Amino acid sequence: MSKSKQQIGHPQRLAFVKGLMLLAVVALLWRMGELNLNQRDFLQGQGDARTLRVVAIPADRGMIADRNGEPLAISSPVESIWAQPQDLAGVPERWDELASALGVDARLLARRIEQRQQREFIWLRRHLNPEHAEQVMALEIDGVATQREYRRFYPMGEVIGHVVGFTNIDDVGQEGVELMMESSLRGTPGSKRVLRDRYGRVIQDVESISEPRPGKDLQLSIDRRVQYLAYRELKTAVQRHRALGGSAVVLDVTTGEVLAMVNQPAFNPNNRADLDSRRFRNRAMTDVLEPGSTMKPFTIVAALESGRFRADTPVDTSPGMMRLASFTIRDIRDYGKMDVTEVLQKSSNVGASRIALALEPKHLWDTFVRFGFGYDSASRYPGEAQGRLLSWRDWREVEQATISYGYGLSVTPLQLARAYATLGDEGRQRPVSFLKLERHALPRHEQVIDPKIAREVVKMLEEAVQDGGTGTRARVAGYRVAGKTGTVRKATRGGYDDDLYLSVFAGLAPASRPRLAMVVVIDGADDGDYYGGVVAAPVFSRVMEGALRLLDVPPDELDTLEGIRVAAMGEQQ
Amino acid sequence: MLLSDASQSHGLFRRLHIDTPLLLGLMVLAGFGLVVLYSASGQDMGQIWRQVIRLGIAFTAMLVLAQLHPDTLQRWAHWIFGIGLAMLVAVLVLGVVGKGAQRWLDLGIIRFQPSELMKIAVPMMVAWYLADKTLPPRLRDLAVALLVILVPALMIAKQPDLGTAVLIVGTGFFVLLFAGLRWRWLVSAGVLAIPVGWALWTFAMHDYQRRRVLTFLNPESDPLGAGYHIIQSKIAIGSGGLYGKGWLNGTQSHLEFLPERHTDFIFSVFSEEFGFMGLLFLLAAYLFVLLRGLYIASQAQDSFTRLLAGGLTMSFFIYLVVNIGMVSGLLPVVGVPLPLLSYGGSSMVTMLAGFGILMSIHTHRKLLKS
Repeated sequence: MSKSKQQIGHPQRLAFVKGLMLLAVVALLWRMGELNLNQRDFLQGQGDARTLRVVAIPADRGMIADRNGEPLAISSPVESIWAQPQDLAGVPERWDELASALGVDARLLARRIEQRQQREFIWLRRHLNPEHAEQVMALEIDGVATQREYRRFYPMGEVIGHVVGFTNIDDVGQEGVELMMESSLRGTPGSKRVLRDRYGRVIQDVESISEPRPGKDLQLSIDRRVQYLAYRELKTAVQRHRALGGSAVVLDVTTGEVLAMVNQPAFNPNNRADLDSRRFRNRAMTDVLEPGSTMKPFTIVAALESGRFRADTPVDTSPGMMRLASFTIRDIRDYGKMDVTEVLQKSSNVGASRIALALEPKHLWDTFVRFGFGYDSASRYPGEAQGRLLSWRDWREVEQATISYGYGLSVTPLQLARAYATLGDEGRQRPVSFLKLERHALPRHEQVIDPKIAREVVKMLEEAVQDGGTGTRARVAGYRVAGKTGTVRKATRGGYDDDLYLSVFAGLAPASRPRLAMVVVIDGADDGDYYGGVVAAPVFSRVMEGALRLLDVPPDELDTLEGIRVAAMGEQQ
Repeated sequence: MLLSDASQSHGLFRRLHIDTPLLLGLMVLAGFGLVVLYSASGQDMGQIWRQVIRLGIAFTAMLVLAQLHPDTLQRWAHWIFGIGLAMLVAVLVLGVVGKGAQRWLDLGIIRFQPSELMKIAVPMMVAWYLADKTLPPRLRDLAVALLVILVPALMIAKQPDLGTAVLIVGTGFFVLLFAGLRWRWLVSAGVLAIPVGWALWTFAMHDYQRRRVLTFLNPESDPLGAGYHIIQSKIAIGSGGLYGKGWLNGTQSHLEFLPERHTDFIFSVFSEEFGFMGLLFLLAAYLFVLLRGLYIASQAQDSFTRLLAGGLTMSFFIYLVVNIGMVSGLLPVVGVPLPLLSYGGSSMVTMLAGFGILMSIHTHRKLLKS
């Protein structure tokens, strides 16, 4: 009975089950067809959206080199660690491990992750060297990824910090040449499509969309050897005289190129985290000073141009002082009767004033303007000051007199150096250049004074360095030097300071056919000496001596070579 | 041709109680499994070897069980079931927690999952119980059989291991169906299922289980959380298209977007790399094994073996449908492996042990009668 029922029931059930199975298989196949064939494009798109990413390929920033190709600023690859906060928030147990690998404070990291959980991206630490980054990535923490970046290194550090400037963490120029030449130094980043896994790690490059175009390399006019020399000598002098600071500029007279430019105090562009940003100022261009007696040669130029004076025209300076309204102009002592050359050589304020008062105010003013005072140097350097030159219309007698010996106008050390260079190049004024120039393709110059007058004034300036002049310590063994000292009372709020002086020296060498112009300014020497001829002139001498030899400039005073060296040594002791 | 009886002609296999078509089908599937696993594991030969060792153990278990005479199984059925039930109690009391669930019994040397034993013990027990009753079963017998099915299933669901519980209930249901369950009871059970389902939803289910059902209904509602698995899996499956991206070329699976890609979601890897054509081939292989199992059941000579063979075959079927349905977004994610392809040991040993029993049933028939 039961047996027969079994045999009746079973085949039916079997057929039913087979039908069920068929139905299930058809349902699954239908579903697969739906996914694999119908929705395929959509699903593949979704898949690609999860794995394919367009990422930027950072471009190399151009290298900055000196005129001989020595590197001054180079970019080296570094890795920056970033994270997707949502993924990272899912693994709080690994934060401590991550923090110690990154070398950051664990609590700070935790707070950062918690605060930015809703973001898609946070930096964890930037600019790690590749080995360090590899250690972090070896932890394989969810959501942590790296990005290749470039970091700027400045091999010469503080020696040239002010000129080259620096970039910020995003590799964008902030100061100096880095800022001035930003558009040329910065490359154009490329982009590529990559395959990334869920943790953001790049598994494979799929295709390149555009190649990165690296920034252009740049060759500066700076000669790092001269730059170093200037840096060393200025720093030594500032320290020895317990000065507040100082600047020095060396120009190539024949091209307008800046060969060296240094300031004290300096800063190291590689490590500037704790520095006062005021230190970053390139004071040789951004700060102005009253040039004092270093201005006198340009007064003499105007005098010679006027035809009323020649080098030997007598000028009476007695009794060593001169009263103009309520103002008194003084010399150190009564020089009595002297000629124009001697006015320059002894640096007589009274003599310069008498000459100035004999000239047309407009002509004197115009002469200064032609030398570039009151205008920038066409260097395009960021933050360059123009200085201030009052219009001749506003001059009273006092202004006309004091401006002749460098008070009542303000100039930058670079402007002063450029004006001396113009004098040294027979009146040819050239734009100042921080970039290396080719001798056969120099920018247009302007003949601003008669070459004969320029030669004559240089000759007079040579006298100022000879025995009896104020600048004897500027002499350089084997070369004739032309130059002028300046000792300037420092203008402060509400008048002139009795104790603070600027010690200045501006000069040219070799005097027979000038090649280099140099200005040295030392601010606030505090060891009793403050005369430009004592504080600034020796810096000029040492830097010039080295620079002329480094640049293979032929000596023009071989016969005195031995004598001067002995004398210079005696002086030092 | 293979579905009909070819095994009688092979002397050696016959003596070893091996059913050749079944063995062939299973080996083909296991071969597929190794090929896909190599890709899904990121070409990790270590995993391949571990899987080969597991396959070895599983096929050995199959061979051993094939030697056991069905009569022996019938005599032991209630003992096996009893031991299984006792171990389930033990698991609930002092089991080891792994992956948030309490499923394992630590026996010192090996960790053992009693729920695996129940996958075979429950259909065996139901078959044993109904074997000497009149068929189709009367209501009282049916009630007892339901108890046999539901008590262990509920205990397993409590661990919680919803996948295995569903599997055991399903297998038990098919044994009852083969036993000749009356249609009207089936229909009334279906009607009854609605309030019972509501009660389960409200009182019995864990939050995470409810969430799974909800995200199953609308995976996009929580794309970064619970729905993530299903969305990623669908993307991987669909990305395969007609011919697939080719072996080792799947992106979704290799780039860590696809979770559990070498275990429960290995089907998605297969689909991404081999496409719709590959799926047709894979399903054909599974269907072959299933139809061979049903053929064996139909050839069985008594109620016990017929019901047991049918039940074991259908448990394989449930695995297949639940896993593929789950990874393709047709069914909720309940954590059921794809038979013979998914990486992992216990369920594979159980499954092949079941096929060993099928072989035994088929090869121990009293042929003199025919």
